[in-house]
Amino acid sequence: MNMRMLWTSAKLVLLSCLFLGLVYTLGMTGIAEVLFSGQANGSLVHYDGRVVGSRLIGEQFTSAGFFQGRPSATTPSYNAADSSASNLGPTNKLLIEHIKARVKAFLKENPGVKASQIPISLVESSDSGLDPDITPASAYIQVPRIAAADHLPQSTLREIISSHIRGRFVGIFGHPYVNVLSLNLSILKIAHVPGAYTAQSGSSRR
Amino acid sequence: MTWQGVLQIFVLMGIAAILARVVGGYMFLVLARPNDVRSLRTASGSTSSSSGNSADGSAGSSSRGGLATKTLEVAGTIPRLDVWIGAIKSVLDRIIEPVERAVYRVCGIDPDQEMRWTTYVFALLAVNLVGFAILFILLGLQQWLPLNPAHLPRIPFWVSLNTAISFTTNTNWQAYAGEATLSYLSQAWLVVQQFLSPITGICLFLAVARGFSRHSTKTLGNFWRDFVRTLLWIAIPGAIIGTIVLIILGSPQNLHAYTHVTTIQGVHQTIAQGPVASMTSIMQLGNNGGGFFNMNAGQPFAGPNMASLLFQLILGFAVPSGCIYLFGRMVADVRQAWAIFAAMAILFVVGALVVYGFEAAGNPIISALHLAGHANWTGKETRFGIGSSSLFENSTTTISWGSTAAANDSLTPIAGLVLMFNMKSGEVIFGSWGAGMIGMLAYAVLAVFLAGLMVGRTPEYLGKKIESFEVKMSVLAMVVPSFVILILAALSVIVSAGLSGILNPGPHGLSEVLYAFASGVGNNGSAFGGLNAASPWYAATVGIAMLLGRYAMYIPLVALGGSLAAKQRIPASAGTFPTHTPLFIGLLIGTVFIVGALVFFPALALGPIAEQIAMHAGRLF
Repeated sequence: MNMRMLWTSAKLVLLSCLFLGLVYTLGMTGIAEVLFSGQANGSLVHYDGRVVGSRLIGEQFTSAGFFQGRPSATTPSYNAADSSASNLGPTNKLLIEHIKARVKAFLKENPGVKASQIPISLVESSDSGLDPDITPASAYIQVPRIAAADHLPQSTLREIISSHIRGRFVGIFGHPYVNVLSLNLSILKIAHVPGAYTAQSGSSRR
Repeated sequence: MTWQGVLQIFVLMGIAAILARVVGGYMFLVLARPNDVRSLRTASGSTSSSSGNSADGSAGSSSRGGLATKTLEVAGTIPRLDVWIGAIKSVLDRIIEPVERAVYRVCGIDPDQEMRWTTYVFALLAVNLVGFAILFILLGLQQWLPLNPAHLPRIPFWVSLNTAISFTTNTNWQAYAGEATLSYLSQAWLVVQQFLSPITGICLFLAVARGFSRHSTKTLGNFWRDFVRTLLWIAIPGAIIGTIVLIILGSPQNLHAYTHVTTIQGVHQTIAQGPVASMTSIMQLGNNGGGFFNMNAGQPFAGPNMASLLFQLILGFAVPSGCIYLFGRMVADVRQAWAIFAAMAILFVVGALVVYGFEAAGNPIISALHLAGHANWTGKETRFGIGSSSLFENSTTTISWGSTAAANDSLTPIAGLVLMFNMKSGEVIFGSWGAGMIGMLAYAVLAVFLAGLMVGRTPEYLGKKIESFEVKMSVLAMVVPSFVILILAALSVIVSAGLSGILNPGPHGLSEVLYAFASGVGNNGSAFGGLNAASPWYAATVGIAMLLGRYAMYIPLVALGGSLAAKQRIPASAGTFPTHTPLFIGLLIGTVFIVGALVFFPALALGPIAEQIAMHAGRLF
């Protein structure tokens, strides 16, 4: 390795920093903002005149009257500024304890449901901690609880679910799912959900 | 297991075959010079094409002087596909050639100067060394530089040192959580190495491939030319197309501060965003795998849906597959390339089926709770499901990618073992840009050597005599992963600094450590995420593993290329062991399996195998 090689390398790397680091990143951002501003800005969802989240990012739902997502391993749950998985291995005591506790909590919140009916994905935490979706079965199992809390007929909720199911990509890849935020926004349109936060309730609380 | 989950594995291999042909054909036009292509006239019997008879007489006259394509043209076998690829390339040429000339002028490069293998390696090391130094300095300046709307503080010393090594060696091991550690500008500096580090892999590969395609020469081409052309014709156009598709499919691309929202349930949420698509594009195309977010492609902005994830798989397989076919064209016998492709594809399919099978069967301890279903959903995203998550994780460890869409630490033990096998065997099942193909050629050299021992003849591969120097260099390269992984893992489970970084107790803890070094030395970058990679012990030791995995493994193989290039080409005879047959494919797979699995068997028995048995016995730790 001689000085000439190092000098050539330095010029190549600095040129790359300028063009691949800055021009590429800024140029792509410019193109994105002009042509695809929806996706480029995070697929944000508006409701009631304000941003209520991103269609792609899961949110923490605990009200009985909303569909609830999968357990999240971030701190706190559904922390969209620090994605994380639990990283618990299959023979880790904590993993089994967590799952048992979630099953217990679910049975308590959903009277009438038997443990053997709970989809396993609903009590096991996701990869990102921000999974915005649940399986269709995980949505259907929550229908009786939501119907009781929101005073809605179960059939209406089932219709909402079935209209939101997205199948496998080209019939092969991935897994069927429903987006939890979309389901809950559909409920808000037709019912009063106890604990829901609207512009109205927000101002009265202040 | 569902039929969709099984079918998608084969569909992906079909896509990889198409990519090999198309991208490889394009790479051949961009990178191979006439003297990089074995001329048909002097080719031995084993390399004559199907239209050999008519080609033999006329091909020889033009093969030295004309364009690379001319050789085929004269042979009268230019397929329509190559005409189309050539047309696309000539459109790009008009834009890129002036840029190429400008780069040569500014950097003072003479692209026609031929280099011996030592000069070639030194030039490569110079680019990596300077790239490392500049990246390390820029990361250290984060807190004073702009484009930091989240006001992220100084990066710890060990983390920035580890990160600079990681990104210059094409590993992209991440001892940090992107969205909580790096400013947009720091991410952009990583992108620079995500362009440059895979290209050094292609350069290594071209040097080795020329050892087979050239003869009676001391030189292996010009490093700077290989480097600049790969960057301008392959990396940059690919990354731009990739970014645009990823944005259309849902990934964000902005420079705003993180978004603060109040949800419809009144919960406050801070949503990290940024220039995600431009980084995801080159991280996947370049087999880098260092993601914008901590959870990589599993984070829904980086992997918004299955269409996006499949596109990322296509980006990831494009160049590694292309290298295989490119090699076939350089040695003027594509059957050799397809034999290597077949060996890789078989290893891939078997691995993917095992991972999927164990993930679909799930954890018997949880099945005992009698819930609905039994698949292992811990650490998986709903939209990808068990099948595609398994496929993605098998892909990430085979193409030396390291990008993850599921939490590998939470996989069932045998699934984790398969991922470790993919890395420990030297990242040769497709592998990263160039590096996978070089590793597989080293295995091929060993395979013909073994075959030669069986019949008592001097082994040959592709018309080159394999003698003691070649076998020594191949063995040296193959010994590096086992040596580094076993020694560093053993040290880590002795010293307290190593033990305290482990998250999961019991045999799984050993798997975490084994996986970390397998990932480091394989320049992979994926992790059993529970391990505290940011601790000084693992930042330093994995750093060493990454350096040895890159340089100690591949430099001996460039030496092998240098030695082969100097040799005469010998015609095939009745005693030559043919290397495009199912027998050779089987022998190659066997060699990979012996090195990748048997060397590590004792360590794997204490880690994943012990855990699998414990899991079936219902034992918790």
